[in-house]
Amino acid sequence: MLTFTIRRLLMSIPTLLFIAFVIFMLLELAPGDPMSQMPLTIPPEVKEKMRLALGLGEPWWVRFPLWLRQFFIVEPQYWIDAIFGTNFADGAQRIISFQSRSPVFDTIAQRLPQTLWVVGMSYIVGVLIALPIGIISAYKQYSVFDQTGTFVSMIGFSVPPFFSGVLLIVIFSVQLKWLPSIYDTTHVVTSWDSFVFQLRQMIMPVMVLALQTTAQVSRYMRASMLDNLSQDYVRTARAKGLSESTVVMKHVLRNSMIPVVTVIALGIPSIFGGAIITEQIFKVNGLGQLLIIALQGNDIPMVMTITFLLAVLIVVMNLIADILYGVLDPRIRYD
Amino acid sequence: MTDDTLEMTEKPRSQWLDVWDQFRTHKGAVLGLGFLISITLFCTVGPLIWDVDAGKLNIRNKNIRPIYMALFDSGAKVSWGNPMGSDNLGRDIMANIMQGGRISLAVGWTAMILALLIGTTVGVLSGYFKRLDGLLMRFTDLVLALPLLPLLLVMMLLFRDPLRSTFGPEQGIFILIVTGIGITSWMQTARIVRGDVMALKEREFVLAARSIGTPARRMITRHLLPNVMSPIMVSATLGLATAIITESALSFLGLGFPSDFPTWGKILFDSVDRMTSFPERVIWPGLAISLTVLSVNYIGDGLRDALDPRIRGL
Repeated sequence: MLTFTIRRLLMSIPTLLFIAFVIFMLLELAPGDPMSQMPLTIPPEVKEKMRLALGLGEPWWVRFPLWLRQFFIVEPQYWIDAIFGTNFADGAQRIISFQSRSPVFDTIAQRLPQTLWVVGMSYIVGVLIALPIGIISAYKQYSVFDQTGTFVSMIGFSVPPFFSGVLLIVIFSVQLKWLPSIYDTTHVVTSWDSFVFQLRQMIMPVMVLALQTTAQVSRYMRASMLDNLSQDYVRTARAKGLSESTVVMKHVLRNSMIPVVTVIALGIPSIFGGAIITEQIFKVNGLGQLLIIALQGNDIPMVMTITFLLAVLIVVMNLIADILYGVLDPRIRYD
Repeated sequence: MTDDTLEMTEKPRSQWLDVWDQFRTHKGAVLGLGFLISITLFCTVGPLIWDVDAGKLNIRNKNIRPIYMALFDSGAKVSWGNPMGSDNLGRDIMANIMQGGRISLAVGWTAMILALLIGTTVGVLSGYFKRLDGLLMRFTDLVLALPLLPLLLVMMLLFRDPLRSTFGPEQGIFILIVTGIGITSWMQTARIVRGDVMALKEREFVLAARSIGTPARRMITRHLLPNVMSPIMVSATLGLATAIITESALSFLGLGFPSDFPTWGKILFDSVDRMTSFPERVIWPGLAISLTVLSVNYIGDGLRDALDPRIRGL
C-alpha cells in the first residue's frame, strides 16, 4: 500500500505540471489583453512600460518556470516564515495580482474561510441527509419512500443551482421574509443572537449546494446497499439469528460504504465548482466570486492561481479516493 | 399453439421495436419525451403562431404581469397581448422564452453531438488500436483532472472578442460556447465506449469478420459502432442535459450570449435584479430549463432500461 501511495504521489506530479501548462498556455495564447481596460489616452510607450512592469515582457518559456517557482518554492517559504518567524523567502518576488497589486495568496486567504464555511457545511449537510435516504430507499425498494427519494434526487440532478437558489430567495426572502437573501460576510459571531443570524443566512446557500450533493450521494448509497443486500453473507447473518438492525446497520452498511466513501471524496472538487454559481447568487464574497472578478478584470495571475488550486484539489481528492478504496477494502490491493 | 408460433415468426421484430416497447413501459420516460417534444415544438413552431418580435421594445407596455395575476389581484396590470407578461423594456416574455429556447436547445444539441463525436472517436480508437490506448487514456485522465467550469469561463472571456469579430456577434459566441462545452464533456463517453469496444473485440463475430479480411475502417463502422450504439445513446441524453445546464450557467454568470440575444439562462440572469417585484420573470425561464433537463434525464433513465437486454422483455 505504501509503495502504491508513493507511486501515485509521484505520478500526480507530471499531471499537475501538465495541467499548469495547459492553464498557462490557454491564458497566454488567448487574445485578451490585461491592458485593454486602461484608458486610451495613455501613450503607447507608457503602455509598453506598464506591460513590462506587470512582468509581461518576457516570453512564455521564461515566465512559466518562473510562475512554477513562485508557486511551489517562494510561496511555501513565505508561509513557513509567517509561522516560524524565519527568513527563508528573503524578500523574493511573490505572485502578485494585476488588479490589487497585493500577493495573490493573501487575497485567497481572506476569501477562503467564507467559501469553506458555506461549501463545507453544505457538503456535510448533504451527505448526512443522503446516507439515511439511500439506506432506507434500498431497504424498502420500490416503496413510496423509495419512489419519492428517486424523484427528489432526479430533481436535484436536473434543477440547476442558479434556479433553485433564485427560487428559494423568491419564496423565503421575498414572499415569506424569513431569511436574508444576501450573505453578510463581515458578520462576526459574538453572542447567541449573532449566531442565530449567521445560521439563518447560511441556510439557503447551504441547502442549494446540499441538494446537489444529496441527489448524487443518495443514488450511490442506494445502489451500493442494493448490491450488498442480495449477497450471501446477508442471508448467513440472518440465518444465525442476528437482529435485523445489526444485519443492515453493521454488516450491510459497512460494506456498502466502501464505494460511497470514494464517491464522497471525488465529489468535493465539483462542489467547489458549483460554489462559483451559488456564491454569485447569494453574493458571498468567496473564492468563486474572486475568480469571476479576476476574470472580468483580466487578472491573469489570480485566475491562474485559483484555477490551478482547484486542479490540485481534484488531483489530491482522486489520490485520496484511490488510497481510501485500498485501505477500506482489503480485497483490493494495487500491487 | 403451432398456429401461434407461426404467427409470431411471420412478423420479425427489429431490435429497435423491442426497445421502443420497453421504453413505453417507463412512465417517466414517456412523459419526458412528450415534454421534450412539446417544448421543442413550442420553441420552433411557436414563433410562427405567436408572431411577436422578441427584441421589439414597447416602452408603454412595460412591466405587464402574466395574465393569471388578474385572478389574485384585480388591480394588476395585465394584457392579453402579453400573456406571460413583459419585461422592464416592454419586450414580450413569451416571445423571448420561445426565442431563448431555440438558442438553448440548439446549443444543447450541437454541443452534445460534438462531445459524442469526440468521445466516440477517442473511445473507439483507444479500444481498437492497442498502440493508441495508453496515450489516449492518459490524455483522457488528464482532461478529467482539469477544473472544467473555471477553464470554460476563462475560454469564454478570452476568446469572445476575436470570434465575435470573425463570425459576427451571435455566430461567434454560438461557436465558442458549443466548442467549449463539447471539448470539456467528452471524457465519460470515451471511457464507456472504450470499455465496450475492448469487450466486443474479443467476440467471435469480430474474429470471423477479421478472418475474411475486413479492413480496420470497415470493422469499426460495420461491426463495432452499431454494437456500441446503446451506451452512446444513454450518454447522449446525459450530455444534452449537462450541455443545457452549462450553457445556462455561463449565461447566468454573464459570460454567455450578448444581452439582446436571449437564451433561457440569459433571461433568468437579467431578471434576477427585479425578482422581488416580478418573480414570474425568473420562474418562467428557470422552469423551462429545469423541466427540459428533468425530462431529458428521465428519457435517459428509460433508455438505459430499454437498452439493457437483461431487463427488456420482463
